[in-house]
Amino acid sequence: MENTVPTDSQLIAEIKDGSADALEDLMSRYESRVYSLAYRMLGNKEDAEDVLQDTFLNVVRSIDGFRSQSSFSTWLYRVAANAALTKLRKKSKREKSEGEFLDEVYSVREAAHSESSLVDWSDGPAERLLNDEARQVMDEAVAELPEKYRVVFVLRDVEGLPAAEVADVLDLSIPAVKSRLHRARLYLRNRLSDYFTGETV
Amino acid sequence: MDCKEILEGLSEYIDEELAEKTCLEIESHLKDCYNCRVVVSTLRRTVTLYREVPAPEIPGDVRTRLHAVIRLKGETG
Repeated sequence: MENTVPTDSQLIAEIKDGSADALEDLMSRYESRVYSLAYRMLGNKEDAEDVLQDTFLNVVRSIDGFRSQSSFSTWLYRVAANAALTKLRKKSKREKSEGEFLDEVYSVREAAHSESSLVDWSDGPAERLLNDEARQVMDEAVAELPEKYRVVFVLRDVEGLPAAEVADVLDLSIPAVKSRLHRARLYLRNRLSDYFTGETV
Repeated sequence: MDCKEILEGLSEYIDEELAEKTCLEIESHLKDCYNCRVVVSTLRRTVTLYREVPAPEIPGDVRTRLHAVIRLKGETG
């Protein structure tokens, strides 16, 4: 008896042959990552659960078309990101318009140029920077990101995918991923600076 | 490099994705520009703070319902 853990490709081959157990195994392997991505994109448990179910229903529906020369996790992230974006578009928006967002992003230029010194809050104690109220501000700031910036930020910085894989998941060029990531980060930095220092930028 | 150019490249700088020459140019600017230094340190901390937040755990009832829904789908085609 072999006791080795099956690869994704082996599980997928079994799923294509109709194995419900292989499908359970594959879900167990990836469900936490999909849930985390969905929760970060949508911001609540109910919507995250819907996206989780939609993602795996889509996987079941389209697994026959999956070709194993590409990575399953990249393909799954693509299905999950699309499910999350579809859900997001049906919801009332907290996100900023592109114009408001970019104004906020580039306010950092004036701030850096200004005569007055910026406040450096970066060495604040972790218990202050990550307390419940600060965590809420961080969540709200992510919810304000326009979706095309939010999905890049969540995949790259929160889920920790390499830029090249984020590009693959979202069908973007790597420079486009980096540019969206940078703007998202600057926006979040400005919002956290507002909160931690009370400064206006 | 002025502040505006520096600010454009800061994510690649903190991710250590820039060529050495560009890094040196940025560092030379940072040495003399307090505000850009603050933007670098707070940008870096912003990224690490988001990474330090624990991933939301998938609740047990959510997992149970997911597996039930998918199994049902498998049985009904």
